[in-house]
Amino acid sequence: MAVATETATEAQTEQKGGFPPFEPEHFPSQLLWLAITFGAIYLFVSKVFVRRVGGTIAERAERISRDLDEASAAKARADEATEAHAKALAEARDKAQGIARETREAMNAVSESRRKAVEADLAAKLAAADKEIATRKAQAMTNVNAIAQETAAAIVARLTGHPASSAELAAVVSPVGKS
Amino acid sequence: MNPIEQFEISPLKELGSIGAYHFIFTNSAAYMFLCVAILVGVTLFAMRGNSLVPGRLQSALEAVYEFIADTVRQSAGEEGMRFFPFVFSLFAFILLCNFIGLVPYSFTVTSQIIVTASLALLVFAIVIIYGFWRHGLGFLHLFAPSGAPGWLMPLIVVIEVMSFLLRPLSLSVRLFANMLAGHIALAVFAGFVATLAGAGVWLVLAPLPFAMTIALLALEALVAFLQAYVFAILTCIYLNDALHPHH
Repeated sequence: MAVATETATEAQTEQKGGFPPFEPEHFPSQLLWLAITFGAIYLFVSKVFVRRVGGTIAERAERISRDLDEASAAKARADEATEAHAKALAEARDKAQGIARETREAMNAVSESRRKAVEADLAAKLAAADKEIATRKAQAMTNVNAIAQETAAAIVARLTGHPASSAELAAVVSPVGKS
Repeated sequence: MNPIEQFEISPLKELGSIGAYHFIFTNSAAYMFLCVAILVGVTLFAMRGNSLVPGRLQSALEAVYEFIADTVRQSAGEEGMRFFPFVFSLFAFILLCNFIGLVPYSFTVTSQIIVTASLALLVFAIVIIYGFWRHGLGFLHLFAPSGAPGWLMPLIVVIEVMSFLLRPLSLSVRLFANMLAGHIALAVFAGFVATLAGAGVWLVLAPLPFAMTIALLALEALVAFLQAYVFAILTCIYLNDALHPHH
């Protein structure tokens, strides 16, 4: 059965002129349809395909480069802002330090002057007290002299029976009180 | 099973004749239209969103576009991009015909010498016409490379002219013969499977040619792509001659 079909096909092929791709019988039709279909493909590719696919690719590339540009611009702005911020911060710090220094100096000056005033006051008070002590001491010494002379006069009067003159007494007692 | 049967052209509708030429809508024509339909359908479907962030199919299509565009740029320079639609059409047409032909029971348009020869002659004609239109007689520098010693010139010119004239032949026969041989081999091995399966005990041997058929199909898929690419890149190289004949 298979052999029969094969011989039949072979006979048919032979009748047609052998190898199908080399049969010129269908060449005109093939050429016509090839021209139509390839022409259609060329038209479609050049008018639609290139514009849509190529256009999309180009648009994407453009969009990406635009976005990258924008991003780098934004980065530059951000850098600028950071720099300005750092500068402002540094200025503020300098200013703060300046204020702190001035305040410290002012306070130092105030406390210094207050300290000097208090010291002067204390020195004056000390001087006054010294003077007072000296006066009191002198006064006390005078009193001691008087008492000593009186005591001496009394002692002399009791021992000797007759009073001693005050000049003699002063000459004897005074050096003692002074020593 | 006759492995040649698959190349047979069967008329589907008689359209009429001009003089001695009969124009018939054949199975071959139907597959050519299928090729157009697939290209248009896939493109429109893939690009329907036309979005900047592509989907899978759009990515694939863009990859093919970039692939051919790079091939054109590398072989024919930036100027060659004016021929991009032509090269892409050739590539798409041949690739789709080759792959459609791999489907069992289908018809391979590119296994018809008249088709491959027409495409090759179209390339040849475009190279000659564009070359002379662009460079005038300067296009003839293509056959007389500068820097060759004078006494060698006649020999070189003869060789260059011969190789130039043989281009459409090699271009068309390469594609045609690859498709033809591949499909004959496929049909022969697939035929073995059928014959063994129908031969009683020999059925146990049927997996061997079946495995061979599968391996061949994989090889043919590679050849289908490769031949389309080879046709496209050779077209680019020939167009480069038309663009820059002073090599």
